[in-house]
Amino acid sequence: MPTLEKKVTRLEVVEPKQLNFGKKWDYAPAPESTDLVKIAPRYELFIGGKFVKPKSGNYFKSINPATEEVLTEVAEANDADVDAAVRAARNAYEKYWSKLPAAERAKYIFRIARQLQEKAREFAIVETMDGGKPIREARDVDIPLACAHFFYYAGWADKLEYAFPGRKTRPLGVAGQIIPWNFPLLMAAWKIAPALACGNTVVLKPAETTPLTSLLLAQIIQEADLPPGVVNIVTGAGKTGAALVKHPDINKVAFTGSTDVGKMIMRAVAGSGKKLTLELGGKAANIIFEDAPIDQAVEGIINGIYFNQGHVCCAGSRLFVQEGIKDIVIRKLQDRLQTLRVGNPLDKNTDVGAINSREQLNKIKELVESGVQEGCALHQSECTLPKKGFWFAPTFFTGVAQSNRIAQEEIFGPVLSVLTFRTVEEAIEKANNTAYGLSAGVWTDKGSKIFKVSSKLKAGVIWANTYNKFDPTSPFGGFKESGFGREGGLHGLMPYVELVG
Amino acid sequence: MQKRSEILKTYKLFINGQFPRSESGHYFQLLSPKTKKPIANVARGSRKDLRDAVGAARKALPGWSSKTAYNRGQILYRMAEVLEGRKEELIAEMVKMTGATPKKAEQEVTSCIDRLVWYAGWSDKYQQIFGTVNPVAAPYFNFTLPEPVGVVGIIVSDELPLVPLVSKLAPAILAGNTVVMLASEKYPLSAITFAEMIATSDVPAGVVNILTGIKKELIAHLAKHMDVNSVNYTGSDPEILKMLQEEGAANVKRIIAHDYPKGDEWLNNERAQSPYWIHSFVEMKTTWHPIGI
Repeated sequence: MPTLEKKVTRLEVVEPKQLNFGKKWDYAPAPESTDLVKIAPRYELFIGGKFVKPKSGNYFKSINPATEEVLTEVAEANDADVDAAVRAARNAYEKYWSKLPAAERAKYIFRIARQLQEKAREFAIVETMDGGKPIREARDVDIPLACAHFFYYAGWADKLEYAFPGRKTRPLGVAGQIIPWNFPLLMAAWKIAPALACGNTVVLKPAETTPLTSLLLAQIIQEADLPPGVVNIVTGAGKTGAALVKHPDINKVAFTGSTDVGKMIMRAVAGSGKKLTLELGGKAANIIFEDAPIDQAVEGIINGIYFNQGHVCCAGSRLFVQEGIKDIVIRKLQDRLQTLRVGNPLDKNTDVGAINSREQLNKIKELVESGVQEGCALHQSECTLPKKGFWFAPTFFTGVAQSNRIAQEEIFGPVLSVLTFRTVEEAIEKANNTAYGLSAGVWTDKGSKIFKVSSKLKAGVIWANTYNKFDPTSPFGGFKESGFGREGGLHGLMPYVELVG
Repeated sequence: MQKRSEILKTYKLFINGQFPRSESGHYFQLLSPKTKKPIANVARGSRKDLRDAVGAARKALPGWSSKTAYNRGQILYRMAEVLEGRKEELIAEMVKMTGATPKKAEQEVTSCIDRLVWYAGWSDKYQQIFGTVNPVAAPYFNFTLPEPVGVVGIIVSDELPLVPLVSKLAPAILAGNTVVMLASEKYPLSAITFAEMIATSDVPAGVVNILTGIKKELIAHLAKHMDVNSVNYTGSDPEILKMLQEEGAANVKRIIAHDYPKGDEWLNNERAQSPYWIHSFVEMKTTWHPIGI
């Protein structure tokens, strides 16, 4: 006869103890080999299908933020260089790209997608070295998604007549595109792929701290034999970007970056007739209800804020916990925080890599300091940070008020603000109490509640029982001060066409 | 027998379902194009009136945007019904205001009615045209739906007395937005008389707000207002276009500008009505959910 389970005679109160695995939690190093990668000592501008020296004569250094080692030096484009790139793009538009049958245009974009897939590992390693993100993310998220974006939009090129019922499309001309440093190649793909598919030519400016994968992409574009000037890549900082935005011969400006710069760009293009799309900052609410699957939610919260060191415009940086589960959620977050592996981005086990730049590190430190000053309780990973490079331990704050700076301003780092709520209405109201509106998360096992809450949240992307998921078929973009226009999916074509007829 | 004196109408603003005078106490006179004599005093809306209108629109937004699409379609259809019943009143007023022939005025009013009916029919269809289910490469159900932008400011074209206003109003409120409209400066009377019809068409208070006045005095305030989500402008004045984007940047407003229709194009269905006009008043929201057990 099977033995019966022991009868419970009393409820035992067990004091939760801090997880402490000591040395047992250490992993053997698993570094990705960098042998595959040959970074040239110097990179030029990519204009008219050729790598050309900058008229500015200036070069700036690109460093590995995890080690502060100089990787290479990169040309800085001035007004004259930007002008040359725009001329090349205009010429390519008039002479080749607009005359090419759409199906042929598609083939070029397919070709980029395939070549990128072939070189995926090389790109992942360079992305990690140049930007500081964990190789696991570069390899499994950034690069595959970038390939998928090119593949997805390649297919649209000769099907645009089906995208907009009752209308035909016309390309806009030359697109000036400025991208950020958090997902360098992926953002280049998000910008270039739909622009080319719709028949435009491009001048792209990557961020000054992460220009390398864009320049490797330029090599692929050259190898793919795209007509010269269809894609031009000009490297540089804010001044280069300003020259591009203000250039009189571009028809479209697409910008991804901070809300402050987005507003400047909106003012700069005012009255010029240039079509504009902006993908700006965020301060996303991640709402966890009492009826949520808590362990799953905690993983989602962790991924929501610590993915890519929190350098994510849609990061779930404000956590709203229903009061009944506040203690258990905070407890689990504390435990999970300690088990995040922080360190060498090239190590395949690493969860959290280096902060992208000293400037960004200082900004994170300043905001975290303000959280402490304003009386919020700090919880931080006890990990050992490398001596060299830019690092910040994964952090969250409890006892945060809506008015605190860390609940209002975008930190763009691995820092979470935890707030609480009691009712559904309160959660919605608090979640919407921000000028931003890019994304939001909802965690509950009750389907009807998901739809109720998600329909009331003022955000362009809602992740229900998941977070930080991306796909080329899925439109991405914000409400309110998080910008306008969508990237990805059918809706991502709209910013690059004019509808006629 | 002595000739009866006509009772002249006081044209006021339309804010939150009511007809207040401008808080400024200012007005301007509209002259008859034929006799050059004053035909009416028009309220000259002020910045404060604009703020009140935006406040009313914001307050009305949650209720209006959560009505069913079917219900919003019914209400638009109701507006058409009321307008049909009172079209003689609008025609007579238009003739007096513009000097147009009664036939021309009638053409415009019937065009307005038909356009409202056309949009009423779109209320529960544009979502199916512009929304998508997205085949993501992972086990997630993912869909994109249009949602209202929020409070929308509409700068109404001066090209004709009423049809430009109706042509923008219908797609905007149909999509669940609430609106603050700056009526034609040239032809403000039709806008206010039409507002009287809106007020009796089951449109909740604050969903539509109409200000008359000097546009130049109001546009900048509309563009700057931090609680306006989008400004829709029909026209090609480069100064206005520049200013809308410059000032609108303060809260990243969606500035939607069209340089058409012009003149009688407003009566042309090919040029002046489109589901893409509804599209210009929506935001796309994408929702993800895992597929699993």
